[in-house]
Formats: sequence, C-alpha cells, structure tokens
Amino acid sequence: MKEEKEESNRRNFLKLGLLAGTATIAGFGLKNKIFAGDIEETGEKVKVLTTDGRVVEVDSSMVAHPSEAKLAQFNVREGIPGKKFIMVIDLARCANARKCVEGCQSMHGMLPPIEYIKVKKMQDSDLGAPYWFPQTCYQCDNPPCTKVCPVDATFKRSDGIVGIDSDRCIGCKFCMAACPYSARTFNFGRPEQKEFSEKHNADKDKCCATKSSTEGTVSKCDFCPESSAKGILPSCVSECPNGTIFFGDELEDAVTNGEETFRLSELLKKRAGYRQFEELGTKPRVYYLPPVERNFPFEEATEVHNQVE
Amino acid sequence: MSEKIINEEKTTYETFTQEEYMVMKGDLLRPVQHIGKWGKIWIGFLIAVCLAGVYAYYIQETKSKYVTVSLRDYTMWGVYISNFVFFVALSLIGVLMSAVLKLTHFEWYRPLSRIAEVIAVAAIMLAGVSIVAAMGRPDRLHYLLLHGRIQSPIVWDIIVILTYVTTSIILLFIPMIPSMSTCKNHLTGKPKWQMKMYDILSFGWEGTPAQWKSLKKSVKILTVLVIPLGVSIHTVTAWLFATTLRSEWDSTNFGAYFVSGAFLLGVAGMIVAISVIRKTYKLENYLTPMHFDKLGRALVMMSFIYIYFNINEYLVPAYKMSGLHANHLINLFVGEEALFYWSVVLFGMVIPATLPLIPAVRKPLPLTIIAFGVVIAAWFKRYLIVIPGLAHPYLPIQDVPASWKHYTPSLIEMTIVAATFAAMLLIVTIFSRFFPIISVWEVAEGKLEGKDEIINYK
Ligand code: SF4
Ligand code: SF4
Repeated sequence: MKEEKEESNRRNFLKLGLLAGTATIAGFGLKNKIFAGDIEETGEKVKVLTTDGRVVEVDSSMVAHPSEAKLAQFNVREGIPGKKFIMVIDLARCANARKCVEGCQSMHGMLPPIEYIKVKKMQDSDLGAPYWFPQTCYQCDNPPCTKVCPVDATFKRSDGIVGIDSDRCIGCKFCMAACPYSARTFNFGRPEQKEFSEKHNADKDKCCATKSSTEGTVSKCDFCPESSAKGILPSCVSECPNGTIFFGDELEDAVTNGEETFRLSELLKKRAGYRQFEELGTKPRVYYLPPVERNFPFEEATEVHNQVE
Repeated sequence: MSEKIINEEKTTYETFTQEEYMVMKGDLLRPVQHIGKWGKIWIGFLIAVCLAGVYAYYIQETKSKYVTVSLRDYTMWGVYISNFVFFVALSLIGVLMSAVLKLTHFEWYRPLSRIAEVIAVAAIMLAGVSIVAAMGRPDRLHYLLLHGRIQSPIVWDIIVILTYVTTSIILLFIPMIPSMSTCKNHLTGKPKWQMKMYDILSFGWEGTPAQWKSLKKSVKILTVLVIPLGVSIHTVTAWLFATTLRSEWDSTNFGAYFVSGAFLLGVAGMIVAISVIRKTYKLENYLTPMHFDKLGRALVMMSFIYIYFNINEYLVPAYKMSGLHANHLINLFVGEEALFYWSVVLFGMVIPATLPLIPAVRKPLPLTIIAFGVVIAAWFKRYLIVIPGLAHPYLPIQDVPASWKHYTPSLIEMTIVAATFAAMLLIVTIFSRFFPIISVWEVAEGKLEGKDEIINYK
C-alpha cells in the first residue's frame, strides 16, 4: 500500500519534470520571439539540456543567442530570464598567475590597486598547506549588501547577479560594511583612475549594464552580465592560463572554463565543492573546489603588487 | 503616597518675595541683555572655525576624495561616522537631563533642562551634518526620499532622528513661551527685530491659568514622548553596525551598550556645560555646588552601567577568543590600538566610576576636569568602535597600498570634525545670547514648590 503510494508519487514527479522540460522549451521559444524576431526554422537539430537534466533535441533556431540590440532593452534590474549564473573556482589549479586580475581590470577599465577579483594567500590552520585563493563578489543568494541599501541602488537579479545602479547609489558605503567578504570597492576618485576612465570613456563597460566609473559610488565584480548574456565568458575565466575558474548556468547544470565543460552537480559532488563561510548564511553563488592533488606546488609570490598609492 | 502628599504640603507654599523674583529675573536675563568683549571674541572664533570647516568641505567635494580624505576600501567609514555616533549620543543629554529628571520629580532639574535641550538639538543637527560629510554623493541626498526603502536601517535612523529633532525643538520652544514674554517686557535697548521675535515667539502669552494649564500639559506629553524617541535614535544608530555580519559589531548587546554610553556622555557633558555657563554668565546661584554633587553621583552610576555593558561587549568574547573576534580584540588589548584603548577605559570609565565617590571630588572644579576627560574619551571610544574593526575583516587584507591598511584621518577630515564641534558650541552660545539659558519660570516655580530641595540643600 505504502509502496504503491510512493510509486505513484514518483510517477507524478516525473510528469512534473516533463512539464518543466516543456516549459523550458517554450521559454526558449519565447526568448526567441523577444530577441531574434521571427526566425525561420533551420531544420538543423541541436541537443539541449533541460532544467531537470534531460537532453532533448530542438531546432537550432530556438536556441539562438539573444541579439545585442535587443539585449540593450533589458531591464538591468531584472536580469536575463531563464539564467542562473554560477561560478566554480578550482583551488587545485590556481598558481597565482594573476591573469584573472589583469583581465578583469582591463575589461572593467579599472587600474590597480582596484581589483574586483583578488588572489589571496590563504592558510586555514597552522599545519595546513597554504594555497592561492581567487575571490570575486560571490553574488550571494541571500545578499546582506542589498538588504541594507537605503535607496535600492544595489539589487539581486533573477539571474543570480547582484548588480549596482551607479546612477542611484548615494555613496553611503553601508553595503561595503555589510559585505562580510570585503568584495566591494568604492570609487574615491583616485586621480589616475579618473584620468584613465575619462580617456577610455568610449570603450568603458564593455561588459556591464551599469557604469562602474562613477565617482562617489560603489562598484564590484558583477559576473560581466552583458558578455555572459551573449555567451561570452567573463574575462577572469577566459584569461586564466590554468583553467582555474569555471563559469556557467545553474539551470543548465553546466560550467566551463572555455576548454573543459563539466556537469556542475557532478563536479561539486566529485570534488567536494564548498562555499566560503557557509555559516554566515549568505549563500554565495561561487563554489570552491578544495586544493587537493594540486596541479602546481605552492610557491610564495615573489613580486609585491599594488604598492603604489 | 500619603507621605508624599504631606511632604508636598509642607514645602509647596513657601513663598519667595517679589524682590527675590526681580533679582532672579535680572540674573537670568543678564547674558541676553549684555554681550561683553570676550563674548564677542568667542563667537567670532567659533564662526572662524565653522568657516574653515565649510572651506574644507568645499575642497573635499571639488577635489578627488582619494586625495583629500584618508578613507579607502577597507576602512570605508572613518572619523565622520564616529563623529556622527558621538553627536547622536550627545543628543541623548536632553532625554536624561531634562525629561527623565522632570518625570521622576527631581526638583534640581529645573535650571538644567533648557541647557540640556539646546545641547540636544544642536548635537542632533550636527550628527546630520557629519553624515552628509561622509556621503560619496551628497548631491543625491534627496534620493532617500525618492527611493527610500524601509528595510534599510539607514532609513529607520533617518525617520527616528527627524522625529526626535522635531519633538526636541518643540519641547525646547514651548516652555520658552513664558520666558519670551518676560524677555519682551524686561529687556531694553535691543534691536526692533529682536523684540519682534520675542513678541512672535511668546504667542500672545498672558499667563492666564488656562494658558498655564495647557502649557504644562503639552510639555508633559512631549517629555514623555521624547524618552522613547531618544532611546530609539541611539538604538537604531547602534543597529547600523549590529545589522551587519562583521564580527566586531555582531552583538545583540549593541543597542543597550550604545544607550548606556550615551547616558554617561550626557551626564559628563552636562557637568562641563554648567560649569562653563555658571562661570561665564555668573549664574553660580542657580547652578550650584549641589548640582555638581548630584551630577557627580549620577556620573558614578552611569559609569558603572557602562562598564557593565563593556564587560559584556569585550570580555565575554575575549574569554572565548573565537577566530572571528581574535584579530580585532587582540589588536585592541595588546596590539596597535592598545594604548589608545586602555586610555579610553581609564578616562572614560574607571576614573568617573571611582573618583567621584569621594565627596571632595564632587566639587565643581575637580568634577569638571573628570567630566571633560569623559567627554574626550567618549569621542575616542566611538572612534574605537567604528574604525579599528574594519581593518580586520574575515578575509585577510593583502596586496594593497599602505594607506589602505591603516587609516589616519586627513587634515580635511579633522577640520570638518572640528567645525562640527565649533558649530555645536556656536548654536548653544548664540541661543544663550538671545534666550535665557535658564528658564526663569521653571526655576521660580521650583523655588515655590521645591524650595527645600533647591535652596536649603546641604
Ligand atoms: S560577496 Fe559581498 S558584495 Fe557580493 S553579493 Fe555577497 S555580500 Fe554582496
Ligand atoms: S553605497 Fe550605494 S549601493 Fe551601497 S548601500 Fe549605499 S547607496 Fe546602496
């Protein structure tokens, strides 16, 4: 009796899953309408992954990436529908090459010492081995930073990204106090930075919805939302020579570093993925894979960085 | 209850003569009637410091803040925010030294209440100025109205502070109505506009029994109202810190800790204020050694309460020394800030808790010195609450320029802070030059009703 019930529950569940799958396809269709106008069927079939992990075949026209022009009409506060961006950082691969830092700085038009992504030397315990620890804004799912903002200038989007509206921010810096990871930086108008931003006014924010060079406001890593929407990997991911950083979509259950692609759930399971300071309850969207069986031995940094005021 | 009534009957109808009243009125109106040379120099000096602050602010806003201000990404809140907390704390002086004493029928509050209230109003205004100085985009201040969201503790703070300011100003001016008519009738040789101002502010006061009745009633309501408001402004200010996940502020004790600190500061501030006022305005007959004696006792009590909360705040986490707190606490106890920290403990808590236990110390001069120490220590205490912890976040600070690790306020910042102090003193000074700083009728009434406690105090 009981078994039967369980069986029927499972069947219901499967049915639900199927429905969800169809809904996703319908979602793709909808997105197609929004972004690409009326596109003819190409007849070419591609395999896509549904939210519940099944592979289905659809016409390639249905999965076209949204066109740039249409993307601009996006409400930056709401995010890209049908996406949930996620990042995985494999600590076993990081050799402190700092290419992510430089890539990010040139992408966002930021000069050192401002770093949206930092690489820190960490050592968890006295006898524990030191390791390199790349750190971004974690785009927390329960973000303490957006909660405290008095004017809604920093907000959580449906695609998981925590964005900043630099036209709204009043510069109270409360969000910086609230972020336990010190992920935010403030634009104090460092003269070199100001000059640089002005010079590169045209090509600033190649990747971002909101300007990050507004003096007197907060900025931070934002997972490069516009590139991400176009399927272009964030700079830190593509610049890393060691493939340390993986980026992807939680709904697709896939992450890639540009060369290798993994099933997210399997990767986290196999490599015991964790999030930094889980106990704070911030629910970061960045997972770490522990530094076991490393690709490189740990070497102290020989150079000092960012010493210039 | 019945005992109290008998007591009141004994004291209520002790009269004081018309002559006594005229002398008193003369004394209390004197600072308004005549401003001496030193009075003018003092006002000029304060205005000069304020102008220096305005100029410093102009530089800060027109030049790059990276150059003018020492704030960086880790220490993003600096001396402006700690100054803000200090002024909010100081503004609780009105609650303690006026409202609480009034409602608990301590007759000696009478000459103190207006002094306390004007300090409270000035302090809370300067708290607002400090916050604006700290903002990255002061030009967007109005966004708080346009886009304000109720879930942000900043918005709570703004709401309670605005309510408190309004209530305090009303509470300051309503009991002044009879004083205004006294000014109108008894001051001579003042410019026309000033007399006109007294006329307007006395709201047609004639001193009829009905007018007295409604005046007293409204004062009472406001007095009751101002206590929870005062406690909330400082509690919410504490929550600005306690609602974050930072270990140095992550405390359920924070609201009470801040309020108790504010009460200690309030008593100390009052002692300093009356000792200056009685000397400069020759009001020794009204602000008497009795007041110092009482305030000295209050100082001891408030210090002990504050020490109690400090033990909860520092020693309990220190006993555990969890990894989250260790960095910050060790830095305070034996590290870089140790000297600073222990001086604040000594001058801000230990001395005021112990020395005034000796009756000889509760005399005006020694007590004023102690209280002055408490006020200075209180300012630095706010600094120690806000700033050092920021340099010890959960994730280590690495690869940054030296100025990002250690915060030392810049000249511009210190000038602006100095200007906020000057502005506060200026408001109080100007006020006392236009309005009697001690309420004539309240003291007169006190002499009628509570003559025993005020006059015959041994
Ligand atoms: S890492 Fe910090 S800034 Fe980023 S979402 Fe989390 S709390 Fe906010
Ligand atoms: S600094 Fe800007 S984004 Fe941060 S809390 Fe203040 S207004 Fe919001």
